[in-house]
Amino acid sequence: MSFPLDLLINAIVAGVLLGGFYAAVTCGISIAFGILDIVNIAHPAFIILGSYIAYIVNSNFGFDPILVSIVMLPAFYALGAAVYQVYYVSFERRGQEALRGLAFFFGLLFITEVVLILVFGVDYRYVEAVYIGPTLHYGFIDLPLRMLVPCLVSLLLILVLQVCLTRTFIGRAIMAVAQDQEALRLMAADPIRIKRIAFAVSIATASLAGAFLIVIQPVEPSVGRDYIGRVFAICVMGGMGSLPGTVIAAMLLGVVESFTATFYGPSWAPAVSFGFLLLTLAFRPAGLLGR
Amino acid sequence: MRSWTFTLVAVVAGAALFALSRFVQNDYFFFAGYVVLQYIVLSTAWNILGGYCGYVNFGTAALFALGAYTSVAIHKFHPVPIPVLIVIGGAVSAVVGLGIGYLTLRLRGAFFSIATLALAVVIQTLIINWDYVGGSRGAYILRPQTAPVIGSYIQYLFLIMLVLAVAAVAVARLIERSRLGYGFATIRDDEIAAEASGVPTLRLKLIATTLSGAFMGMAGAPLPYYVGYLDPASGFNLAYAVNSIAMPVIGGTTTWIGPLIGAILLGTLQQWVTVTISSAVNLLIVGLLLVAFVIIAPNGIVGLVRPLFQRGHR
Repeated sequence: MSFPLDLLINAIVAGVLLGGFYAAVTCGISIAFGILDIVNIAHPAFIILGSYIAYIVNSNFGFDPILVSIVMLPAFYALGAAVYQVYYVSFERRGQEALRGLAFFFGLLFITEVVLILVFGVDYRYVEAVYIGPTLHYGFIDLPLRMLVPCLVSLLLILVLQVCLTRTFIGRAIMAVAQDQEALRLMAADPIRIKRIAFAVSIATASLAGAFLIVIQPVEPSVGRDYIGRVFAICVMGGMGSLPGTVIAAMLLGVVESFTATFYGPSWAPAVSFGFLLLTLAFRPAGLLGR
Repeated sequence: MRSWTFTLVAVVAGAALFALSRFVQNDYFFFAGYVVLQYIVLSTAWNILGGYCGYVNFGTAALFALGAYTSVAIHKFHPVPIPVLIVIGGAVSAVVGLGIGYLTLRLRGAFFSIATLALAVVIQTLIINWDYVGGSRGAYILRPQTAPVIGSYIQYLFLIMLVLAVAAVAVARLIERSRLGYGFATIRDDEIAAEASGVPTLRLKLIATTLSGAFMGMAGAPLPYYVGYLDPASGFNLAYAVNSIAMPVIGGTTTWIGPLIGAILLGTLQQWVTVTISSAVNLLIVGLLLVAFVIIAPNGIVGLVRPLFQRGHR
């Protein structure tokens, strides 16, 4: 098989754009799983929920899906805070997060999916926006706007998150909660409150990621499952809780997936991320940037 | 009760159930019964790793479908009797279970769970791209009209699944009262302390994943003959993964009887709801029950009922 140069470069560009979107999908997991150690496998379900909210508002009122998702951020924040409260009271406080906590999130994932199927059916849904059709051309390089816009907004989101985590008191407290809860208490910060805020932020990012998803591709309720392996692969590879690591790992996975889809066919793409995850877990569990 | 006595009782109970079921004239009874028995095998298999060791496996559907697709592949090559297929399907899933355990069980428990979620998608992608077993179009298996001795073929399948269910429950009970079972329990309660006390935790976990995987593969092996048409979407259905977790959790995870109770109750309920309402609603009920039980009754029905019995004895 020969690799023509323009096809190769376009595959890399498409992969980087895809990676930017994957970074938005994963940053919530990087906070919940990487920093707080909460194995929220239901995260993709919240993302699909975000997609459907963007779809409902867009198809009824014609508002821009990404703007809708920004308006919805507080609602997802509240949802996240509520879920964490249930999780804390039922599992974390009793020290049962391992088996029952996982079963709980798995149940949430499943309930969300089935409810969406019951309400909307299994048809693919899509949104309308000005940037979904056109493509920018630079020489032989194609930049589809429906990939470019989510990628850029996603990088902006991660920049804001990174600045908040490293420059503000709450952000630093969130980083600290992963290291030593007792020490945090000595600094007069309530670890449970900090964790609730952090988890709520992680669910809030799902609103944006959901809007990106439905801009990039049509969505049906079970699409989220494909993202479970991807997000955890990226999170682990990025070094568990490091946002810059998440972006690098996301772009790497995006490029590899785009290569696979271009040169071997899209039906192999899902296996790539999971193969990536298994290899990372087997040989480099601390992640690419890990020590 | 001694383990061998228990096994004998289980075999007699199974034989009696089959003898009684021969009086049922309705074929639907056997189709529904097969599914409930299949869930007894799956939830008992899941519980060997999940309930006894505390490691959550989300990949039941993958190991189950692997057994089913092994049967399809062998059937296409040369038809052989179902018991042989069960042995081969069980062996394939056991090896895959061992492999995934070997890759991830040295890490924290959560990684194993995530890897099993990933496993389901990897194997499904491989099957979709494997044309020999039908790829994404699926494969047809023409099942014989009759089976030797038993007569009706669905009764034959029912009997096979009944034997598997009895075997799975007997093995689970055997493990529970053995050195192996106590080793599993130390892993569940405090893995670091167990390791420090000299329990070979990695080896025990690998034994559990292999056994659990083997039973899942065995439960899947007769599936192509039961459904007649197998495609990746139905073989890898998420419902298998959810049910095999929900049933032990609802029944109670630390004993052999928990998955049995959970599978019989939930399996029967699902058959009834599927017929009377719809299959989507039935999955919703399973999900809601799962979440409700982990929050409200973490030790399942067994945990709710046990205090009543213990007070009576004292």
